[in-house]
Formats: sequence, C-alpha cells, structure tokens
Amino acid sequence: MLLIDPSKRNSFEWHICEGDLVIVYERHDNMKAVKVQKGSVFQNRFGIFKHSDWIGKPFGSKVLSNKGGFVYLLAPTPELWTLVLSHRTQILYLPDISLVLSYLEIVPGCLVLESGTGSGSLTTSLARAVAPSGHVYTFDFHEQRATLAREDFTRIGLSSLVTVTVRDIQGEGFPEEFCGSADSVFLDLPQPWLAMPSVGRMLKQDGVLCSFSPCIEQVQRSCEALKSNFTDVRTFEVLLRTYEIKEVRMDGNGGGEGSPVGPFPRKRRQCLSGEGSNGSMEQTTAVMVRPCSEARGHTGYLTFARLACI
Amino acid sequence: MAEEGGGHPAEVALRPPNPRTTWEGCSVLLDINDGDRLVFARLSPAATLKIGNKKCFLSPLIGCPFGSLFRVDTGPDGPHLTRISSSSAPSHDNCMQETDDGQSIDELRDNRSLIDNNTAQSLSSNDIDAMRREGATGDEIVEALMANSSTFGKKTAFSQEKYKLKKQKKYAPKVLLRRPSTRSICETYFKKHPARIGFLRMDTLSLLLSMANVGAYSDVLVVDMVGGLLTGAIAERLGGIGYICSTYFRSMPYPSDIVRMFNFSREICSRVIQAPFSDLCSSQNLDNENSKSHENIQSSEIQSQTEDSLLTDCASKSSIALPEDPVVSEGDSLPDCRHENNTSTGCKSANPGRKAPPELIKLWKEKGFNSLIVAAPELELGSLIQDLLPLLSYSAPFAIYHQFLQPLATCMHRLQTSRMAINLQISEPWLREYQVLPSRTHPMMQMSACGGYILSGIRICISEGCNGNN
Repeated sequence: MLLIDPSKRNSFEWHICEGDLVIVYERHDNMKAVKVQKGSVFQNRFGIFKHSDWIGKPFGSKVLSNKGGFVYLLAPTPELWTLVLSHRTQILYLPDISLVLSYLEIVPGCLVLESGTGSGSLTTSLARAVAPSGHVYTFDFHEQRATLAREDFTRIGLSSLVTVTVRDIQGEGFPEEFCGSADSVFLDLPQPWLAMPSVGRMLKQDGVLCSFSPCIEQVQRSCEALKSNFTDVRTFEVLLRTYEIKEVRMDGNGGGEGSPVGPFPRKRRQCLSGEGSNGSMEQTTAVMVRPCSEARGHTGYLTFARLACI
Repeated sequence: MAEEGGGHPAEVALRPPNPRTTWEGCSVLLDINDGDRLVFARLSPAATLKIGNKKCFLSPLIGCPFGSLFRVDTGPDGPHLTRISSSSAPSHDNCMQETDDGQSIDELRDNRSLIDNNTAQSLSSNDIDAMRREGATGDEIVEALMANSSTFGKKTAFSQEKYKLKKQKKYAPKVLLRRPSTRSICETYFKKHPARIGFLRMDTLSLLLSMANVGAYSDVLVVDMVGGLLTGAIAERLGGIGYICSTYFRSMPYPSDIVRMFNFSREICSRVIQAPFSDLCSSQNLDNENSKSHENIQSSEIQSQTEDSLLTDCASKSSIALPEDPVVSEGDSLPDCRHENNTSTGCKSANPGRKAPPELIKLWKEKGFNSLIVAAPELELGSLIQDLLPLLSYSAPFAIYHQFLQPLATCMHRLQTSRMAINLQISEPWLREYQVLPSRTHPMMQMSACGGYILSGIRICISEGCNGNN
C-alpha cells in the first residue's frame, strides 16, 4: 500500500481496486481511511458515495455523491496515515517524526528497535524508511494495543517490514537476540532510563538512540543515565507554525478624485465579493499572509545520543 | 528481469547501510573540541589537518571506527594524531563525579570576590612552552594551570568544571571522527556557510523528505539549488532503489558538489539523473516557451549560481575543504578528485549525476513522478510550480522550500485558484536545543530564528476523465 510494492507504484496508471485502502479527503482537517468494497457506501454530510463509483478511477480523483457533493480519494502515505489512524495513545506528529528519521540516520536496510508501539504513528514512517531490506521490531507492554497495531500494519501492507511483540522493555530490556545488531533505537517510555543499559547492548558501534519524553524531569534523568556509555547527547524541541493566506483586491488610484471616504469603502466591498470588476478603476490583487492563530505549543523533548566508541 | 527469492533486482546490489569504519579516500566530518569547529575532509594518504598552529596528517584515521576520538601528541616527527578511548575524554561527568559530595559547601560559594585583573594565573606562557618542550602532555599542562591558579579553589564546582574544559580545549584539543550523513552535513553547512544551502536548516530538510513521502521505490523530481544537499538527502533515503530526477531551467545543471560528501556507493550514485526541464515536458512548443521564460527570470540567478559553482569547484579541488579551513594541503589535490576511483566506492566525478537516458524520460512521462521537492531559495517562483506539477502523478505529494514567505503565499494562492492541488499548507519549522545538566538545565543561549518556509500539498486530478499527463 505504502509504495513498498513496485507494482503498485503510484502513477498515472494506478487505479483504485477492490480491497484497496484509500484516504477520503473532505478537508485538510477531516480525512478518513476507508477500505474499498463493491457494494459498500461511504456517507458524510455531503451525501452518499458508492464504492463501486470509485473502482477504476485513479487515486487523486474527485468523486461525487448522490447529492452532488464531493470528496477526494488519496493514496495512503505515512503522513496521511498519521492523521487518520485511530488514537489508542497520544501519537507523534510530522515535525517530531521527520526529525527522528533524519537524526537516527535511518535508511533502507536498517534494523530499528522501537518501544512503545503506541498507535503505530512513528512505526509507519520507520517502516517506509527501512524498506525494502530493513526491518522494524516494535515492542509494547499492552497486549491489546499491540494486537490493534499489528492489525493496522497488516491493513496498510506493512506486515513484512514490522514485527510487533508484547514485552515490557523497561522491566526486561530488549531481547538478547538483537545484541549488537540495531542501527537505531527509539524510546517513547515513561521511564526510559531503565531501558538505557539494554539499548547500549543492542546498538551497533556508533549507533544512534532517540528518547522522546514530554517532561523535562524525565529528560534530566535520561541524560544522567546516558553518561555512562553514550556520547553526543543532545536534546531538542521541534514545532511547526502554519500560515494562512487571504487574497485582497485593491483599487488603483487611477480614476478617483482623491478622497478615500465615501464611495471607496462600498466599491471595495463589491470587489471583495467578486461581483465583477470596476471598469474605470485599475485593480490589483494582493495575497496577504499571516501565522495561524492556533499552534501546538509542546509535544515532547527529543533526546539523541550515540553509542560511544570503546 | 530475473528475480530471485522475490527480491527486486536492485536489492541484491545493496550494501549494508551506514558503514561503521573509515576507508582510504572516504569523506569524513571532523569535530574539533566538541563542536567548536567542524571540518569536512577526505582521508587520502597525504591529507592533513591544522589545529591551532600544528599540522597533523590524517592517515591515522584510516581504518578506524566512526566515533573514534583522537588527540594531538607531539612526537619526534612533529605533531600527530593518536587515537584515545572515549572514557579518557574530557566530559562534564568526569569532572562532576569528584565534587558531588561538596554540593552543600558549593551553595555558599559565589564570585563576589573574584576580580578579573589577569593576576590569578602564576604560570607564564614561557613556562608552558618549556613544559611542552620537556614533553608534557596537554592534560598535564591543564592540571598545572589549575594548580597554579590562585582563584581556582574559590570557584563553585560548576565553575571549576567550566574552567577545566576551557583549558583542555586549548592545550589538549580532541578530534572526533564522524561519518557524514544528511543531518550532520546540513547542520555543519548551516552553521558555517548557510548561504550555500539557502539557509535550509536540518529540521526543515527532514520535513521536506517526510512531506514528500521519500522512500525506496520513489521516483522523485527535484529542483536542487542548494548545492546538492537535497539531492544527497533524497539519494540516502532511496537507498539505491528508485530515481532522483534533478531538473534545471537553464543550459547546465545546478552545482551539486555536496553530494560527494555522502560516501555513496556506485549503486546509489547511479540513481541520480539529470534532465533539463525542456526534456521532461510533453509538448515541444510548451517547453521552448517555458524554458526561455524561466531562463530570463534566472539570468540574474545564473550569474550568482555560476560564481557559486566556481567557489565550490575550487573548494572541491582542495578536497572538499571549505576555503577558509586549511584542512588539506598539497598532497590532496585535483588529480584525486578527477580520476575514477577503483579501490573505494563513491562517485567522484565533477558533477555527480548522469544525463537522463531517453527510456527513463519516456517512463516518467507515462507514469509521472511520485513526488516533487523544490529548493530554489532565491528564485522568484512565478509559474514554476504550475509548470512542474503536471509531471507529478495524481495523489503525489510535493514540498517547496523557500527562504522567503511571500513567494510561497503567492504560489499557494495560484494553486488554490487553479485547483491543481489540495491539502495546501505553508509551514515554518521551529527548533530549539537544550542544555541538560544537573541543576543547570535550560534552553541553549543561541538559537536559529529562521530555517525557511515550506509549502506542501498533494496533486489531484481535476477533470472527470483524467488519464495520463494533461
């Protein structure tokens, strides 16, 4: 599904088939993952959409409902999956995920260990990064969540790249079979310092660890624990600020007698509603941009470290 | 294409990623004194490094694991680099272990009686030189300085630690051997020569890769005007499967010397393809018109780009060393860069990336690219994006990086009106590093205020019967 299989490579020739997972896009903040099945329907405030209308269309198409409303059908990517997956736990979002992938130097062929799996948001991106020859071994101490994650990965076609195991990493550490074989390790645990000695044994020489913690006290304890056999310990915070745009039509100064009061405000209103241009006046449009008023203030601290050379 | 065991033919050619040991001729990143100074170098037999006023050969670094630490020793043949173990490296923890008990006494200490009049240290620079001539190691000199300082004993434990580290950096410098990767190359350039990479910060670059869904099997269309950093980053993520089509709107490809620092194998290098935009367009009339208009817009940019490429060419001739760092000298010059390297892997040709073969161009026109990333931080974007989008498959994501906000706002507006894309978003990444030490945890004093802006979105099919490139 996620570009792992070359025959399903996203292209102009790639059409939606029965059984495919599509991302139904209503708005940038309203998307759902839907499995296409002949005979099924998708219903939202725009009307009823028949799956059979979708089959055979290319991904990226606009499809209509019985009422003439529309949605877009998108191909799943790890980024879209992060936005539509069901939250069983708090998840990691794009800015943290992208920095983790870069800093952990994850490339195709890598072996990555992760704990906890949570809702599988990061795991999906890790899988894409190690494909096709690498593997992600992810561990969670909660049996039900591990099962749900395993089902999710099968649904999005990642089961050959991800292995989910139920295990308490804080209590037991990573399995000995991975000793000295991990390129990178990611921890999102309440008490990550308990797992650090084990991580030190799992990592290859010069391998990289990342620990994600919401609280600074956790970060302090983690850094303290890393002193013994890790180096280059660095802690970051990363956030994203978004911008919104607005088009404004502005009257030129060509025809006016000068005074800005009186007729001007009315004409400006007319222009903004787009009811035709004023022939005697010159018009230019400008695009204004400003930051969105809402922003995420904090997700967690990312602490990176490299296994020290002996 | 015969397949064995269900593997993609290219998979069998892949090597294990992320090599752990250096080899002769490989490109390395040298970290001197804990990030104080970062230098790119190539480990050729005659390469040297200047630290302070001493010049050392880099040959002891060949065959060592990445992450090894070295110190400068004075020997009969002059200064040389010796490998040391990390446990003997100066670090905060070594200093602090001794003073943990003295914590309560520490709280009574402060600097009210310390006067900065240069009289605290009783050893003169002549004394220190004499010590050096007698063969004292850097660490011994540091100990002597601490012992001969009249104010040292009155400082707080934290202050003593800071003093010791400062002296160690001067008299016992350490060199850390690092493997260049996307993140470290980007961070180094951002710190030293941000203009060469269009002020693209490492978190911004990471975002571009994720937003554009870059991974193996992708065919990525790229406009890279950041010295090759973007091309290298994408090639790293493709791992030898899939292609990067680096396109350009003038007669010559944009300079991309930074790709050579990644130590890519031949397989990965072979995935970097270059094609002028005119070759990628479907209709002949369209491409002539467009490439002319884009070239006009860029005539001023071409000037600066050519100068830039000359600069980077000179730098590359002295083996990647950035001009002001006299990292490598006579031994490592032009011939090294030019000749085909048989012993070690790597693309050392003057311009990494080969010309697009016609069958690939045909394939891309039929199937479209999986994603588009543009990093043209000084271009007036204009209709550039609208010209590039038709080359993308439907439902393919794109990410456009720019130093300035306004061009992206204009571009976003055009895309909204033309309805070529959805999920449009302008993002500005924010990155802050923390110092985490017992009782001294706070954000770092210095911070980057701007890492650029990104416009991201997904291309969609606008008409009812969309098939192929319209």
